[in-house]
Amino acid sequence: MTGDMMGEASTSIISVLLLSILFVMGVAIAHLRNLFAIVMLSGIYSLVCAAWYILVDAVDVGFTEAAVGAGMSTAVLLGAILLTSRNAEPERRFARLGPLAVCIAAGAMLIYATSDLPAAGDPASPANTGVGLTYLQINWADTGVPNVVTSVLASYRGFDTLGETLVVFIAGLAVVLLLGFGERSLAETLRKLKKEDKVP
Amino acid sequence: MKSDHHLILRVIAKTLLPLITIYAFYVQFHGEVSAGGAFQAGVVLAVAVILYALIFGLAEAMRAVPPWFARGLAAAGVLIYGGVGVWAMVQGGRYLEYQALFNEPPGGHNGQHTGIILVEIGVLFAVAGAMVSIFYALAGRVAEIRDEDW
Repeated sequence: MTGDMMGEASTSIISVLLLSILFVMGVAIAHLRNLFAIVMLSGIYSLVCAAWYILVDAVDVGFTEAAVGAGMSTAVLLGAILLTSRNAEPERRFARLGPLAVCIAAGAMLIYATSDLPAAGDPASPANTGVGLTYLQINWADTGVPNVVTSVLASYRGFDTLGETLVVFIAGLAVVLLLGFGERSLAETLRKLKKEDKVP
Repeated sequence: MKSDHHLILRVIAKTLLPLITIYAFYVQFHGEVSAGGAFQAGVVLAVAVILYALIFGLAEAMRAVPPWFARGLAAAGVLIYGGVGVWAMVQGGRYLEYQALFNEPPGGHNGQHTGIILVEIGVLFAVAGAMVSIFYALAGRVAEIRDEDW
């Protein structure tokens, strides 16, 4: 029992530590003007987020955050930085008071709403009693897949996942249609550089 | 290629890239028993290509993974996913009803396993292809990442 208590106490200490790192990083990102530093910090922000998700046993969510938030979006934003300037324009002194008020109001509402949330891992919470419990009970006999996340994602909710895949495909299609196929503009730039004898 | 002071970066990237790629496939095919799945695997696979592009230059990356291939991969992924649904319908089931793939009685899991694996391969292709295409579209507008840009 004491071991459980110790484990729980250390979990909450690490949780508070990670969340305060996130807070400090958020403030730093809001203050920075160098876009490269901001992109790097937001990548680290996602990584710390992922660590925190793992801490609260949301392994799949943590993994996705690490892959998409820390890996993919950082890489895409680095590519996007090349198209724009390296530094954001300096902000006017009181221009951010309005957004700050909105943030504080939204944050206060969210904190007020957390009083209605069930405790983490509460067996009586809606997520653990309704359809989630049913999936856990029937999954093995139905599909024989050990990971319930996979069987829900690909089998029970296969239609939803088809929609998600289509969304990803359409997102790629839309970016390509808006920005043009990468290779054509690359070839054009290379030709221009060749004309100026910058590239052999 | 260019200046020499990226040598360490390039050597380390060369050792990391195969590991990242293998890890993507591990996540893909281990998704049935542990955390992760095709979405994450697709992103990891795309990140391997993007890392290659960031370090060795976009032209090199486009030679290794041509843009038409990335686009085709994304479309093929969606087609594979939709095709599994059609396969189930041809077998007399409903769309994406994996149980009907081999007309098994309830309790038989071959259809479920085959369906899930095929669908996840479709998701892997679609996600990896779409992500690489997005990166190419964004990064293809500048010829090369010059050192003074950083």
